[in-house]
Amino acid sequence: MAKILHAKYMAKCIGCYSCMLACARVIKHSFSLTKSAIQIHTAGGLQSRFLADICRGCIDPACARACNCGALLPRSGGGVRFLSDKCMGCQDCVEACVVKTIRFDHESNKPIICIQCGTCTRFCPHQVITMEVKDDGQ
Amino acid sequence: MANKRMIKVLDIDLTNQKVETFRREDLAPYIGGIGVAAKLFAELVHPDKDPLDSAQPIIFANGPMSTIFPVVTKTVAVFRSPLTGEWGESYAGMRLALAMRMSGFQAIVIRGQAARPVYLSISDHGVRFKDASALWGLTVSETGSILRDLEPGRGHRSCIRIGPAGEKGVRFANVNVDTYRHFGRLGLGALFGSKNLKALVVHGERDEIIQDYAKYNKVYKEIYNQAVTTDIMDKYHGLGTAINVNGLNHLNGLPTRNLQQSSFEHAQAISGEAFAEQSLVRKMACAGCPVGCIHIGLHRREFGPGYDYESKNLSYDHELIFALGSFLGMSTQDKIYELIDAVEELGLDAITAGVLLGWITEACQKGIISEEQLGVKPEFDETKPYLEILKIIIQQPNELYQTLARGAFAAAQRYGGHEYAMTLGKTEIAGYHTGYANILGQAIGARHSHLDNAGYSVDQKLKNKTPEEKVAALIKEEKWRNVLNCLTICLFV
Ligand code: SF4
Ligand code: SF4
Ligand code: SF4
Repeated sequence: MAKILHAKYMAKCIGCYSCMLACARVIKHSFSLTKSAIQIHTAGGLQSRFLADICRGCIDPACARACNCGALLPRSGGGVRFLSDKCMGCQDCVEACVVKTIRFDHESNKPIICIQCGTCTRFCPHQVITMEVKDDGQ
Repeated sequence: MANKRMIKVLDIDLTNQKVETFRREDLAPYIGGIGVAAKLFAELVHPDKDPLDSAQPIIFANGPMSTIFPVVTKTVAVFRSPLTGEWGESYAGMRLALAMRMSGFQAIVIRGQAARPVYLSISDHGVRFKDASALWGLTVSETGSILRDLEPGRGHRSCIRIGPAGEKGVRFANVNVDTYRHFGRLGLGALFGSKNLKALVVHGERDEIIQDYAKYNKVYKEIYNQAVTTDIMDKYHGLGTAINVNGLNHLNGLPTRNLQQSSFEHAQAISGEAFAEQSLVRKMACAGCPVGCIHIGLHRREFGPGYDYESKNLSYDHELIFALGSFLGMSTQDKIYELIDAVEELGLDAITAGVLLGWITEACQKGIISEEQLGVKPEFDETKPYLEILKIIIQQPNELYQTLARGAFAAAQRYGGHEYAMTLGKTEIAGYHTGYANILGQAIGARHSHLDNAGYSVDQKLKNKTPEEKVAALIKEEKWRNVLNCLTICLFV
């Protein structure tokens, strides 16, 4: 089964942002962290722990259900596929996402969607984020 | 990106609360970082005026590769040093270079003096001058938590601020960068204070499209793989710079008790290994650095009777363990943490603070300054009097303390005891007593810093070479480090 992004080991996160740089670079061809689908931030200042804001790879994705132009399609194994050409920029997915992880990019008029490609995990120097088979429903 | 060949400079005038931006093509040959900052400083400094004159500029610069390549994490600050009156140059990491990149400025110039306390909120949407009266007098961490709530952009922003030491013009006050890093040396904090500037919050959301994606991605990957597979990764991620404590001690190069000794009988207890085993709780990285050398330890302290404890996460490093540890004869980690906590909250440069306390201790033992003037009796391995002295230095109630607030060189000028004031070029020494190359490097290097030319490493690597060869190596390394500093690449120190 296809794997999805996990952030199970955040206690090991050093806040290097390599994952965000990788997502922005490889997926959006941008240097800017704002274009990354994964967002690392602190719970409240650098004395607190790091949190990862990521797509949780829903099996029945609310974002795809909310999308009425066919731009977001459920992906087997969890999460969604994003057909950017079909997206009209209505932002319904942003509203619908259960964990509110979708951010909207006003420059391109498209949401920033995680496509579960795993690139970010390959640039995490401490194996904090991983691609694993979704194990819910057990 | 590098091929744009244009440096965007943000020029902030605190006196008139005006800002201007300049797109300077002519600065491009200076690359960035120290090159650009030095050029701007040469244009703007007033050599005839006091270092704390409101006209004196503060200049920050990052480089063309900041954040977008691994380990390119530093921002340089250039200013006329309130401690030495000479060239002031200091580097800091964490999130500042990233935030500057995302705000679109490669250099930030701050001039003038605000009429009342302000902090600046800088972003790609402009600069706001904000009232900082409520923040004035607050410690570094309190200031940080308030600004965190007041300002937008969590995660990608940077918050740099001073503590009470900077406000009161202590000549070795630092500027704290995102809690765990600092513009530590040479007194930038005093300059902030003299300008009535409490803090800067930098934040940006700018997009920056990659021009040649395939090539960039390839180069990024190569550097990334090197960074995460070299032994630097193991060494500095593992134990951090504190790994040097034991090593230097064995070499007889760990300054101890105001350099009365160069090895410490308690070195083992305060070594990088011991800190890691007993109090390390997490490691952190500057934005864009996969190594993560920042080591955070847990300090647990009883603050009242009846089992009232507080715990604090403090960053420790070789330099802190030397300056506030071996140099003051501190035999336990807890004692070092007590002192680290104090200098962090007050906003003092840890190295200068420690080395100055060393001088004070010896000067008091030798009777050239008195316990009465000091109010306490300083003693190696005793934290209480030192904590007291640090607090009084901020207030400067008498002539002695006014002098101490100017550093160890000034104190020895006034009271004598130059032989045991451990300064080179008016700056307190760093924690490597390895030999002549280190001393020469610090004495005549561009900014009197052990990082200029790595004399400490020349001492070790070229041990059996002639003095001429060592000098040649120092000069070569200093030139090369200037290039690295233009690119704002971390020197792993
Ligand atoms: S974007 Fe949100 S709703 Fe859609 S799959 Fe991911 S977590 Fe689920
Ligand atoms: S899995 Fe791919 S799209 Fe999702 S956050 Fe990581 S790099 Fe970005
Ligand atoms: S790459 Fe890994 S360690 Fe670095 S910020 Fe992302 S999750 Fe944390």
